[in-house]
Amino acid sequence: MPATSQKVFVGAGERVPEGGRLVVDIGEITIGIFRVDGNLYAYLNRCAHQRGPVCQGKIIPRVTEVIDSGGESHGFAFDETHLHIVCPWHGFEYDIKTGAHPGRRSARLIPVTVEEAADGIYVTV
Amino acid sequence: MSKVEVVNGVSSATEHKVQQITTRTDSREILANAHRDIARLHLDDYFIVDVDAHHVEFDSWSEILDHLENPVLRHNAKSMTQNWPNAKQLAFSNHPVGLTFQDVFGRIPHQAELGEHVEKTEEHRDLTLVRRAMDSMGIKMQVVFPQPMLEMGLHPEPDIVTAMTFAYNRWFTRTILPREKRVKTLLCLPFHDPEASLKMIKEFGETPGVVGFMITSQRHAGVHKNMFMRIYRELEERGLPLAFHAGPTWGDTMTSTMNRFLSVHSMSFVTCNMMHMTNWIVNGLPERFPKLKVIWIESGLAWVPFMMQRLDHEYLMRQSDAPLLKRLPSEYIQEMFFTSQPLEVTMPHMLEATFKAVHADTQLMYSSDWPHWDFDVPARIAGLPFLDEQAKRNILGENARKLFRL
Ligand code: FES
Repeated sequence: MPATSQKVFVGAGERVPEGGRLVVDIGEITIGIFRVDGNLYAYLNRCAHQRGPVCQGKIIPRVTEVIDSGGESHGFAFDETHLHIVCPWHGFEYDIKTGAHPGRRSARLIPVTVEEAADGIYVTV
Repeated sequence: MSKVEVVNGVSSATEHKVQQITTRTDSREILANAHRDIARLHLDDYFIVDVDAHHVEFDSWSEILDHLENPVLRHNAKSMTQNWPNAKQLAFSNHPVGLTFQDVFGRIPHQAELGEHVEKTEEHRDLTLVRRAMDSMGIKMQVVFPQPMLEMGLHPEPDIVTAMTFAYNRWFTRTILPREKRVKTLLCLPFHDPEASLKMIKEFGETPGVVGFMITSQRHAGVHKNMFMRIYRELEERGLPLAFHAGPTWGDTMTSTMNRFLSVHSMSFVTCNMMHMTNWIVNGLPERFPKLKVIWIESGLAWVPFMMQRLDHEYLMRQSDAPLLKRLPSEYIQEMFFTSQPLEVTMPHMLEATFKAVHADTQLMYSSDWPHWDFDVPARIAGLPFLDEQAKRNILGENARKLFRL
Protein backbone atom coordinates (compact mmCIF):
# COMPACT_ATOMS: atom_id res chain seq x y z
CA MET A 1 0.00 0.00 0.00
CA PRO A 2 1.48 3.41 -0.90
CA ALA A 3 2.27 5.68 2.05
CA THR A 4 -0.09 8.44 0.92
CA SER A 5 -3.52 7.84 -0.48
CA GLN A 6 -4.21 8.58 -4.07
CA LYS A 7 -7.17 8.57 -6.36
CA VAL A 8 -6.84 6.17 -9.25
CA PHE A 9 -8.99 6.02 -12.34
CA VAL A 10 -10.16 2.46 -12.87
CA GLY A 11 -12.28 2.51 -16.00
CA ALA A 12 -15.60 3.43 -17.51
CA GLY A 13 -18.70 2.80 -15.42
CA GLU A 14 -19.94 -0.01 -17.62
CA ARG A 15 -16.86 -2.05 -16.70
CA VAL A 16 -18.76 -2.98 -13.54
CA PRO A 17 -22.21 -4.22 -14.61
CA GLU A 18 -25.14 -4.58 -12.25
CA GLY A 19 -24.57 -7.70 -10.10
CA GLY A 20 -21.05 -8.04 -11.46
CA ARG A 21 -17.49 -7.15 -10.55
CA LEU A 22 -14.19 -5.86 -11.79
CA VAL A 23 -10.98 -6.99 -10.08
CA VAL A 24 -8.04 -4.64 -10.63
CA ASP A 25 -4.42 -4.44 -9.60
CA ILE A 26 -3.02 -1.12 -8.44
CA GLY A 27 0.65 -1.57 -7.74
CA GLU A 28 0.92 -4.38 -5.22
CA ILE A 29 -2.70 -4.35 -4.17
CA THR A 30 -5.72 -6.03 -5.71
CA ILE A 31 -9.21 -4.63 -5.34
CA GLY A 32 -12.65 -5.93 -6.23
CA ILE A 33 -15.29 -3.42 -7.32
CA PHE A 34 -18.93 -4.56 -7.31
CA ARG A 35 -22.22 -3.02 -8.33
CA VAL A 36 -25.46 -3.77 -6.48
CA ASP A 37 -28.70 -1.82 -7.03
CA GLY A 38 -26.74 0.66 -9.08
CA ASN A 39 -24.23 1.50 -6.34
CA LEU A 40 -20.55 0.64 -6.32
CA TYR A 41 -18.74 -1.12 -3.47
CA ALA A 42 -15.01 -1.85 -3.38
CA TYR A 43 -12.94 -4.08 -1.13
CA LEU A 44 -9.38 -5.31 -0.83
CA ASN A 45 -8.99 -8.79 -2.28
CA ARG A 46 -8.20 -10.16 1.16
CA CYS A 47 -10.62 -12.27 3.15
CA ALA A 48 -11.06 -11.76 6.90
CA HIS A 49 -10.59 -15.49 7.39
CA GLN A 50 -7.17 -16.50 6.02
CA ARG A 51 -6.55 -13.60 3.61
CA GLY A 52 -7.94 -15.54 0.65
CA PRO A 53 -8.75 -13.86 -2.70
CA VAL A 54 -12.32 -13.12 -1.74
CA CYS A 55 -13.12 -10.70 -4.57
CA GLN A 56 -12.43 -13.45 -7.14
CA GLY A 57 -15.14 -15.70 -5.72
CA LYS A 58 -18.64 -16.57 -6.80
CA ILE A 59 -21.33 -13.89 -6.63
CA ILE A 60 -24.59 -15.42 -5.47
CA PRO A 61 -27.68 -14.30 -3.51
CA ARG A 62 -27.89 -15.13 0.16
CA VAL A 63 -29.55 -18.47 0.90
CA THR A 64 -32.44 -18.42 3.35
CA GLU A 65 -34.79 -21.08 4.68
CA VAL A 66 -38.55 -20.74 4.41
CA ILE A 67 -40.21 -21.30 7.79
CA ASP A 68 -43.98 -21.14 8.21
CA SER A 69 -45.92 -19.77 11.18
CA GLY A 70 -45.90 -23.19 12.79
CA GLY A 71 -42.09 -23.31 12.71
CA GLU A 72 -41.98 -25.91 9.93
CA SER A 73 -39.36 -25.68 7.23
CA HIS A 74 -40.26 -25.48 3.55
CA GLY A 75 -36.73 -25.63 2.25
CA PHE A 76 -34.16 -23.24 0.88
CA ALA A 77 -34.74 -20.06 -1.08
CA PHE A 78 -32.51 -17.40 -2.61
CA ASP A 79 -32.92 -13.94 -1.08
CA GLU A 80 -32.33 -11.83 -4.17
CA THR A 81 -32.21 -8.66 -2.05
CA HIS A 82 -28.88 -9.67 -0.50
CA LEU A 83 -26.09 -10.38 -2.92
CA HIS A 84 -23.05 -12.18 -1.53
CA ILE A 85 -19.47 -12.51 -2.59
CA VAL A 86 -18.10 -15.93 -1.57
CA CYS A 87 -14.42 -16.35 -0.83
CA PRO A 88 -13.17 -19.20 -3.03
CA TRP A 89 -10.67 -20.49 -0.46
CA HIS A 90 -13.12 -21.74 2.18
CA GLY A 91 -16.52 -20.26 1.43
CA PHE A 92 -16.88 -17.31 3.82
CA GLU A 93 -19.79 -15.27 2.43
CA TYR A 94 -20.04 -11.50 2.70
CA ASP A 95 -22.94 -9.21 1.93
CA ILE A 96 -21.57 -7.03 -0.85
CA LYS A 97 -23.34 -3.91 0.49
CA THR A 98 -22.03 -4.18 4.06
CA GLY A 99 -18.89 -6.26 3.59
CA ALA A 100 -19.92 -8.31 6.63
CA HIS A 101 -20.37 -12.05 7.13
CA PRO A 102 -24.09 -12.56 7.86
CA GLY A 103 -23.45 -14.76 10.91
CA ARG A 104 -20.44 -13.00 12.38
CA ARG A 105 -20.55 -9.31 11.64
CA SER A 106 -17.05 -8.74 12.99
CA ALA A 107 -15.75 -10.81 10.07
CA ARG A 108 -15.66 -8.03 7.49
CA LEU A 109 -14.00 -7.15 4.25
CA ILE A 110 -11.68 -4.14 4.14
CA PRO A 111 -13.52 -1.37 2.25
CA VAL A 112 -11.90 0.85 -0.34
CA THR A 113 -13.32 4.24 -1.20
CA VAL A 114 -14.93 4.11 -4.64
CA GLU A 115 -16.67 6.88 -6.56
CA GLU A 116 -18.40 7.10 -9.88
CA ALA A 117 -17.79 10.35 -11.77
CA ALA A 118 -19.04 11.40 -15.19
CA ASP A 119 -15.96 9.92 -16.85
CA GLY A 120 -15.90 6.67 -14.89
CA ILE A 121 -14.89 4.92 -11.69
CA TYR A 122 -12.22 6.07 -9.25
CA VAL A 123 -10.87 4.33 -6.16
CA THR A 124 -8.77 5.86 -3.43
CA VAL A 125 -5.92 3.67 -2.24
CA MET B 1 -7.27 -4.44 -20.37
CA SER B 2 -9.18 -1.61 -18.71
CA LYS B 3 -8.60 2.01 -19.60
CA VAL B 4 -5.83 3.13 -17.30
CA GLU B 5 -5.16 6.63 -16.12
CA VAL B 6 -3.03 7.83 -13.27
CA VAL B 7 -4.16 10.57 -10.96
CA ASN B 8 -1.50 12.37 -8.94
CA GLY B 9 1.16 10.57 -10.84
CA VAL B 10 1.85 7.26 -9.09
CA SER B 11 -0.10 4.03 -9.57
CA SER B 12 -2.21 2.69 -12.38
CA ALA B 13 -5.12 0.28 -12.34
CA THR B 14 -4.98 -2.77 -14.56
CA GLU B 15 -7.56 -5.45 -14.92
CA HIS B 16 -6.53 -8.48 -12.88
CA LYS B 17 -5.91 -11.41 -15.18
CA VAL B 18 -8.32 -13.76 -13.39
CA GLN B 19 -11.63 -12.14 -12.54
CA GLN B 20 -13.21 -15.25 -11.04
CA ILE B 21 -11.51 -18.35 -9.69
CA THR B 22 -12.95 -21.55 -11.15
CA THR B 23 -12.01 -25.21 -11.38
CA ARG B 24 -9.79 -24.24 -14.33
CA THR B 25 -7.74 -21.61 -12.51
CA ASP B 26 -4.02 -22.25 -12.00
CA SER B 27 -3.32 -23.18 -8.37
CA ARG B 28 -0.56 -20.55 -8.26
CA GLU B 29 -3.23 -17.93 -8.93
CA ILE B 30 -5.62 -19.48 -6.40
CA LEU B 31 -2.84 -19.46 -3.81
CA ALA B 32 -1.30 -16.08 -4.75
CA ASN B 33 -2.32 -14.55 -1.41
CA ALA B 34 -0.70 -17.47 0.44
CA HIS B 35 2.45 -16.81 -1.57
CA ARG B 36 2.46 -13.22 -0.28
CA ASP B 37 2.51 -14.63 3.26
CA ILE B 38 6.00 -16.00 2.60
CA ALA B 39 7.46 -12.49 2.58
CA ARG B 40 5.01 -11.05 5.12
CA LEU B 41 5.73 -13.74 7.75
CA HIS B 42 9.29 -14.67 6.68
CA LEU B 43 8.14 -18.22 6.03
CA ASP B 44 11.30 -18.91 4.05
CA ASP B 45 13.15 -18.93 7.37
CA TYR B 46 11.16 -21.98 8.46
CA PHE B 47 11.49 -25.62 7.49
CA ILE B 48 7.80 -26.15 6.78
CA VAL B 49 6.54 -29.69 6.56
CA ASP B 50 2.93 -30.22 5.62
CA VAL B 51 1.90 -33.53 7.18
CA ASP B 52 -1.44 -33.88 5.38
CA ALA B 53 -2.05 -32.88 1.78
CA HIS B 54 -3.76 -34.67 -1.08
CA HIS B 55 -3.39 -35.40 -4.72
CA VAL B 56 -6.36 -36.44 -6.83
CA GLU B 57 -5.88 -40.08 -7.73
CA PHE B 58 -9.10 -40.13 -9.77
CA ASP B 59 -7.16 -38.36 -12.54
CA SER B 60 -4.88 -41.42 -12.71
CA TRP B 61 -7.49 -44.04 -11.97
CA SER B 62 -6.89 -46.08 -15.08
CA GLU B 63 -3.12 -46.20 -14.37
CA ILE B 64 -3.86 -47.33 -10.82
CA LEU B 65 -6.17 -50.10 -12.03
CA ASP B 66 -3.32 -51.32 -14.26
CA HIS B 67 -1.47 -52.09 -11.02
CA LEU B 68 -4.14 -54.56 -9.83
CA GLU B 69 -2.22 -57.80 -9.47
CA ASN B 70 -5.05 -60.28 -9.94
CA PRO B 71 -5.82 -60.52 -13.68
CA VAL B 72 -9.53 -61.14 -13.13
CA LEU B 73 -9.95 -58.17 -10.82
CA ARG B 74 -7.90 -56.06 -13.25
CA HIS B 75 -10.14 -57.14 -16.12
CA ASN B 76 -13.29 -56.47 -14.09
CA ALA B 77 -12.24 -52.99 -13.06
CA LYS B 78 -10.94 -52.00 -16.48
CA SER B 79 -14.08 -53.22 -18.23
CA MET B 80 -16.14 -51.10 -15.85
CA THR B 81 -14.13 -48.04 -16.87
CA GLN B 82 -14.57 -48.89 -20.56
CA ASN B 83 -18.29 -49.62 -20.56
CA TRP B 84 -19.77 -47.40 -17.87
CA PRO B 85 -19.50 -43.74 -18.83
CA ASN B 86 -19.62 -42.65 -15.19
CA ALA B 87 -17.14 -45.25 -13.91
CA LYS B 88 -14.00 -44.06 -15.69
CA GLN B 89 -12.69 -42.57 -12.48
CA LEU B 90 -14.77 -44.58 -10.06
CA ALA B 91 -14.48 -48.29 -10.83
CA PHE B 92 -13.95 -50.32 -7.64
CA SER B 93 -13.90 -47.18 -5.48
CA ASN B 94 -16.28 -46.41 -2.66
CA HIS B 95 -17.19 -42.86 -3.55
CA PRO B 96 -19.91 -41.72 -1.13
CA VAL B 97 -22.52 -39.07 -1.83
CA GLY B 98 -21.15 -36.54 0.67
CA LEU B 99 -17.84 -36.09 -1.14
CA THR B 100 -19.50 -34.16 -3.94
CA PHE B 101 -21.09 -31.79 -1.40
CA GLN B 102 -17.70 -30.63 -0.17
CA ASP B 103 -17.25 -27.66 -2.51
CA VAL B 104 -20.43 -26.01 -1.13
CA PHE B 105 -22.00 -26.29 -4.57
CA GLY B 106 -19.52 -24.36 -6.66
CA ARG B 107 -18.49 -21.89 -3.98
CA ILE B 108 -15.08 -23.51 -3.36
CA PRO B 109 -13.92 -24.62 -6.80
CA HIS B 110 -10.50 -26.10 -5.92
CA GLN B 111 -12.24 -28.76 -3.84
CA ALA B 112 -14.15 -30.04 -6.85
CA GLU B 113 -11.28 -30.11 -9.32
CA LEU B 114 -7.82 -28.74 -10.02
CA GLY B 115 -8.53 -28.63 -13.73
CA GLU B 116 -5.79 -26.15 -14.56
CA HIS B 117 -3.57 -26.33 -17.58
CA VAL B 118 -0.38 -28.36 -17.22
CA GLU B 119 2.01 -28.74 -20.14
CA LYS B 120 2.26 -32.35 -21.28
CA THR B 121 5.78 -33.42 -20.36
CA GLU B 122 7.47 -36.51 -18.96
CA GLU B 123 6.51 -35.32 -15.53
CA HIS B 124 3.31 -36.67 -14.00
CA ARG B 125 0.60 -34.03 -13.83
CA ASP B 126 -0.05 -34.71 -10.12
CA LEU B 127 3.57 -33.97 -9.31
CA THR B 128 3.35 -30.61 -11.07
CA LEU B 129 0.23 -29.77 -9.06
CA VAL B 130 1.83 -30.85 -5.78
CA ARG B 131 4.91 -28.72 -6.51
CA ARG B 132 2.79 -25.70 -7.45
CA ALA B 133 0.96 -25.93 -4.13
CA MET B 134 4.12 -26.44 -2.07
CA ASP B 135 5.96 -23.56 -3.72
CA SER B 136 2.96 -21.25 -3.44
CA MET B 137 2.69 -21.83 0.31
CA GLY B 138 6.41 -21.97 1.16
CA ILE B 139 6.23 -25.65 2.08
CA LYS B 140 9.50 -27.58 1.95
CA MET B 141 8.11 -31.11 2.26
CA GLN B 142 4.67 -32.56 2.00
CA VAL B 143 3.16 -35.84 3.17
CA VAL B 144 0.79 -36.64 0.34
CA PHE B 145 -2.32 -38.80 0.62
CA PRO B 146 -4.97 -39.91 -1.85
CA GLN B 147 -8.62 -38.80 -1.56
CA PRO B 148 -11.34 -41.34 -2.46
CA MET B 149 -8.99 -44.16 -1.43
CA LEU B 150 -9.53 -42.85 2.10
CA GLU B 151 -13.10 -44.14 1.88
CA MET B 152 -12.06 -47.74 1.29
CA GLY B 153 -12.53 -48.68 4.94
CA LEU B 154 -16.30 -48.72 4.34
CA HIS B 155 -16.16 -50.56 1.01
CA PRO B 156 -18.44 -53.62 1.13
CA GLU B 157 -15.97 -56.07 -0.43
CA PRO B 158 -12.78 -56.66 1.59
CA ASP B 159 -10.90 -58.47 -1.18
CA ILE B 160 -11.34 -55.49 -3.48
CA VAL B 161 -10.11 -53.22 -0.69
CA THR B 162 -6.94 -55.25 -0.26
CA ALA B 163 -6.31 -55.44 -4.00
CA MET B 164 -6.96 -51.73 -4.56
CA THR B 165 -4.81 -50.70 -1.61
CA PHE B 166 -1.87 -52.63 -3.06
CA ALA B 167 -2.58 -51.27 -6.54
CA TYR B 168 -2.71 -47.66 -5.36
CA ASN B 169 0.38 -47.99 -3.14
CA ARG B 170 2.38 -49.62 -5.92
CA TRP B 171 1.30 -46.98 -8.41
CA PHE B 172 2.14 -44.13 -5.99
CA THR B 173 5.52 -45.51 -4.94
CA ARG B 174 6.52 -46.19 -8.55
CA THR B 175 5.03 -43.18 -10.32
CA ILE B 176 5.11 -40.23 -7.92
CA LEU B 177 7.37 -40.89 -4.95
CA PRO B 178 10.71 -41.59 -6.68
CA ARG B 179 10.46 -38.41 -8.74
CA GLU B 180 10.39 -35.83 -5.96
CA LYS B 181 12.30 -36.02 -2.69
CA ARG B 182 10.09 -33.32 -1.18
CA VAL B 183 7.10 -35.65 -1.38
CA LYS B 184 6.63 -38.20 1.42
CA THR B 185 3.76 -40.49 2.30
CA LEU B 186 2.15 -42.61 4.99
CA LEU B 187 0.81 -45.55 3.00
CA CYS B 188 -2.71 -46.93 3.61
CA LEU B 189 -2.92 -50.37 5.17
CA PRO B 190 -5.58 -52.91 4.20
CA PHE B 191 -6.24 -52.92 7.92
CA HIS B 192 -9.17 -55.38 7.91
CA ASP B 193 -6.67 -58.04 6.76
CA PRO B 194 -3.69 -58.22 9.15
CA GLU B 195 -1.82 -60.69 6.94
CA ALA B 196 -2.09 -58.35 3.98
CA SER B 197 -1.16 -55.40 6.19
CA LEU B 198 2.04 -57.16 7.27
CA LYS B 199 2.79 -57.93 3.65
CA MET B 200 2.30 -54.24 2.84
CA ILE B 201 4.64 -53.13 5.61
CA LYS B 202 7.28 -55.63 4.47
CA GLU B 203 6.95 -54.59 0.81
CA PHE B 204 7.12 -50.84 1.41
CA GLY B 205 8.58 -50.37 4.90
CA GLU B 206 11.97 -49.40 3.53
CA THR B 207 10.86 -47.60 0.39
CA PRO B 208 12.43 -44.11 0.29
CA GLY B 209 9.75 -41.51 0.98
CA VAL B 210 7.48 -43.89 2.90
CA VAL B 211 7.67 -42.40 6.40
CA GLY B 212 5.10 -44.68 8.04
CA PHE B 213 1.70 -46.28 7.52
CA MET B 214 -1.87 -45.17 7.86
CA ILE B 215 -5.28 -46.56 8.77
CA THR B 216 -8.26 -44.81 7.20
CA SER B 217 -10.39 -44.06 10.23
CA GLN B 218 -13.83 -44.53 8.66
CA ARG B 219 -14.29 -48.24 9.31
CA HIS B 220 -16.16 -50.52 11.65
CA ALA B 221 -13.26 -52.10 13.46
CA GLY B 222 -12.12 -52.27 17.06
CA VAL B 223 -8.45 -51.38 16.86
CA HIS B 224 -7.85 -53.28 20.11
CA LYS B 225 -8.77 -56.72 18.65
CA ASN B 226 -6.01 -59.30 19.05
CA MET B 227 -5.85 -59.85 15.29
CA PHE B 228 -4.30 -56.38 14.84
CA MET B 229 -1.50 -56.68 17.41
CA ARG B 230 0.91 -58.14 14.86
CA ILE B 231 0.59 -54.97 12.79
CA TYR B 232 1.44 -52.72 15.72
CA ARG B 233 4.37 -54.92 16.77
CA GLU B 234 5.82 -54.87 13.26
CA LEU B 235 5.58 -51.08 13.03
CA GLU B 236 6.99 -50.60 16.52
CA GLU B 237 9.97 -52.83 15.75
CA ARG B 238 10.66 -50.94 12.53
CA GLY B 239 10.32 -47.56 14.26
CA LEU B 240 7.60 -46.51 11.80
CA PRO B 241 4.71 -44.30 12.96
CA LEU B 242 1.07 -45.30 12.60
CA ALA B 243 -1.41 -42.62 11.55
CA PHE B 244 -5.20 -42.56 11.70
CA HIS B 245 -6.57 -40.44 8.85
CA ALA B 246 -10.12 -39.20 9.48
CA GLY B 247 -12.84 -39.05 6.85
CA PRO B 248 -16.57 -38.39 6.53
CA THR B 249 -19.53 -40.70 6.37
CA TRP B 250 -23.18 -39.88 5.90
CA GLY B 251 -24.19 -43.47 6.50
CA ASP B 252 -23.72 -44.34 10.16
CA THR B 253 -26.44 -44.34 12.80
CA MET B 254 -25.53 -40.82 13.92
CA THR B 255 -24.95 -39.02 10.62
CA SER B 256 -27.91 -40.67 8.88
CA THR B 257 -30.12 -38.42 11.05
CA MET B 258 -28.46 -35.33 9.56
CA ASN B 259 -29.67 -33.20 6.64
CA ARG B 260 -26.70 -30.92 5.98
CA PHE B 261 -23.15 -31.74 4.99
CA LEU B 262 -21.98 -29.12 7.50
CA SER B 263 -23.38 -31.36 10.26
CA VAL B 264 -22.02 -34.57 8.75
CA HIS B 265 -18.55 -33.13 8.24
CA SER B 266 -18.40 -31.46 11.66
CA MET B 267 -19.16 -34.69 13.45
CA SER B 268 -18.00 -37.67 11.43
CA PHE B 269 -14.52 -36.33 10.71
CA VAL B 270 -13.98 -36.35 14.46
CA THR B 271 -16.08 -39.19 15.84
CA CYS B 272 -14.20 -41.80 13.80
CA ASN B 273 -10.94 -40.81 15.49
CA MET B 274 -12.65 -40.44 18.90
CA MET B 275 -13.77 -44.04 18.62
CA HIS B 276 -10.34 -45.37 17.71
CA MET B 277 -8.56 -43.28 20.31
CA THR B 278 -10.95 -44.53 23.01
CA ASN B 279 -10.33 -48.18 22.14
CA TRP B 280 -6.61 -47.50 21.82
CA ILE B 281 -6.28 -45.96 25.28
CA VAL B 282 -8.81 -48.02 27.27
CA ASN B 283 -7.26 -51.25 26.04
CA GLY B 284 -3.82 -50.11 27.09
CA LEU B 285 -2.21 -50.15 23.65
CA PRO B 286 0.25 -47.40 24.68
CA GLU B 287 1.44 -49.77 27.42
CA ARG B 288 1.64 -52.74 25.07
CA PHE B 289 3.49 -50.81 22.34
CA PRO B 290 5.26 -48.05 24.22
CA LYS B 291 7.60 -47.17 21.36
CA LEU B 292 4.93 -47.03 18.65
CA LYS B 293 4.29 -43.43 17.63
CA VAL B 294 0.63 -42.70 16.84
CA ILE B 295 -0.60 -39.71 14.79
CA TRP B 296 -4.19 -38.43 14.54
CA ILE B 297 -4.84 -36.70 11.23
CA GLU B 298 -7.52 -34.27 10.03
CA SER B 299 -9.86 -34.16 12.99
CA GLY B 300 -8.72 -30.70 14.06
CA LEU B 301 -7.72 -30.22 17.68
CA ALA B 302 -10.77 -29.13 19.69
CA TRP B 303 -11.83 -32.74 20.28
CA VAL B 304 -8.63 -33.64 22.10
CA PRO B 305 -9.18 -31.71 25.38
CA PHE B 306 -12.69 -33.20 25.45
CA MET B 307 -11.28 -36.72 25.12
CA MET B 308 -8.64 -36.07 27.77
CA GLN B 309 -11.16 -34.84 30.31
CA ARG B 310 -13.86 -37.35 29.50
CA LEU B 311 -11.62 -40.42 29.58
CA ASP B 312 -9.82 -39.27 32.75
CA HIS B 313 -13.15 -38.68 34.45
CA GLU B 314 -14.51 -42.13 33.64
CA TYR B 315 -11.23 -43.98 34.14
CA LEU B 316 -10.86 -42.83 37.74
CA MET B 317 -14.23 -44.40 38.60
CA ARG B 318 -13.83 -47.55 36.50
CA GLN B 319 -10.13 -48.40 36.74
CA SER B 320 -10.94 -52.11 36.57
CA ASP B 321 -12.29 -51.65 33.03
CA ALA B 322 -8.88 -50.44 31.88
CA PRO B 323 -6.46 -52.46 33.98
CA LEU B 324 -3.46 -52.00 31.73
CA LEU B 325 -3.30 -48.25 32.33
CA LYS B 326 -0.68 -47.01 34.76
CA ARG B 327 -1.44 -43.34 34.26
CA LEU B 328 -4.37 -41.14 33.34
CA PRO B 329 -5.65 -41.46 29.76
CA SER B 330 -4.78 -37.80 29.19
CA GLU B 331 -1.13 -38.52 29.93
CA TYR B 332 -1.00 -41.09 27.15
CA ILE B 333 -2.79 -38.71 24.81
CA GLN B 334 -0.17 -36.04 25.51
CA GLU B 335 2.45 -38.40 24.08
CA MET B 336 0.55 -38.84 20.81
CA PHE B 337 1.00 -36.70 17.73
CA PHE B 338 -1.63 -34.55 16.01
CA THR B 339 -1.86 -32.66 12.75
CA SER B 340 -3.20 -29.13 12.99
CA GLN B 341 -5.83 -28.84 10.27
CA PRO B 342 -8.65 -27.86 10.42
CA LEU B 343 -7.56 -25.61 13.25
CA GLU B 344 -10.59 -24.35 15.18
CA VAL B 345 -9.69 -20.71 15.82
CA THR B 346 -12.95 -18.92 16.58
CA MET B 347 -12.32 -18.82 20.34
CA PRO B 348 -8.67 -17.81 20.74
CA HIS B 349 -8.47 -18.39 24.51
CA MET B 350 -9.72 -21.95 24.06
CA LEU B 351 -7.33 -22.53 21.20
CA GLU B 352 -4.45 -21.46 23.41
CA ALA B 353 -5.63 -23.78 26.19
CA THR B 354 -5.92 -26.60 23.67
CA PHE B 355 -2.33 -26.07 22.50
CA LYS B 356 -1.19 -26.32 26.12
CA ALA B 357 -3.31 -29.42 26.76
CA VAL B 358 -1.93 -31.37 23.79
CA HIS B 359 1.67 -30.24 24.38
CA ALA B 360 1.58 -28.63 20.98
CA ASP B 361 5.19 -27.49 21.00
CA THR B 362 6.40 -31.08 20.77
CA GLN B 363 3.35 -33.04 19.57
CA LEU B 364 1.59 -30.87 16.99
CA MET B 365 2.48 -30.85 13.29
CA TYR B 366 1.26 -28.33 10.73
CA SER B 367 -0.92 -29.70 7.96
CA SER B 368 -2.60 -27.89 5.08
CA ASP B 369 -5.02 -30.51 3.75
CA TRP B 370 -4.72 -28.75 0.40
CA PRO B 371 -6.65 -28.90 -1.94
CA HIS B 372 -9.62 -29.54 0.31
CA TRP B 373 -12.28 -26.97 1.09
CA ASP B 374 -11.17 -26.40 4.70
CA PHE B 375 -7.40 -26.22 4.06
CA ASP B 376 -5.09 -24.15 6.28
CA VAL B 377 -2.20 -22.05 5.00
CA PRO B 378 1.05 -21.97 7.04
CA ALA B 379 0.10 -18.47 8.27
CA ARG B 380 -2.49 -20.20 10.42
CA ILE B 381 0.35 -21.34 12.69
CA ALA B 382 2.93 -18.63 11.92
CA GLY B 383 0.42 -15.91 12.87
CA LEU B 384 -0.68 -17.31 16.25
CA PRO B 385 0.06 -14.61 18.84
CA PHE B 386 0.48 -16.94 21.82
CA LEU B 387 3.23 -19.14 20.31
CA ASP B 388 6.87 -18.34 20.88
CA GLU B 389 9.33 -18.56 18.03
CA GLN B 390 10.57 -22.04 18.88
CA ALA B 391 7.02 -23.42 19.20
CA LYS B 392 6.19 -22.03 15.75
CA ARG B 393 9.29 -23.64 14.30
CA ASN B 394 8.46 -26.97 15.93
CA ILE B 395 4.85 -27.04 14.81
CA LEU B 396 5.57 -25.83 11.29
CA GLY B 397 8.21 -28.48 10.66
CA GLU B 398 10.67 -29.49 13.34
CA ASN B 399 8.30 -31.90 15.10
CA ALA B 400 7.69 -33.64 11.77
CA ARG B 401 11.40 -33.60 10.92
CA LYS B 402 12.11 -35.42 14.19
CA LEU B 403 9.22 -37.88 14.00
CA PHE B 404 9.81 -38.85 10.37
CA ARG B 405 13.61 -38.44 10.49
CA LEU B 406 13.51 -36.07 7.52
S1 FES C 1 -9.67 -17.15 3.36
FE1 FES C 1 -11.63 -16.58 2.72
S2 FES C 1 -12.88 -18.14 3.42
FE2 FES C 1 -10.93 -18.62 4.16
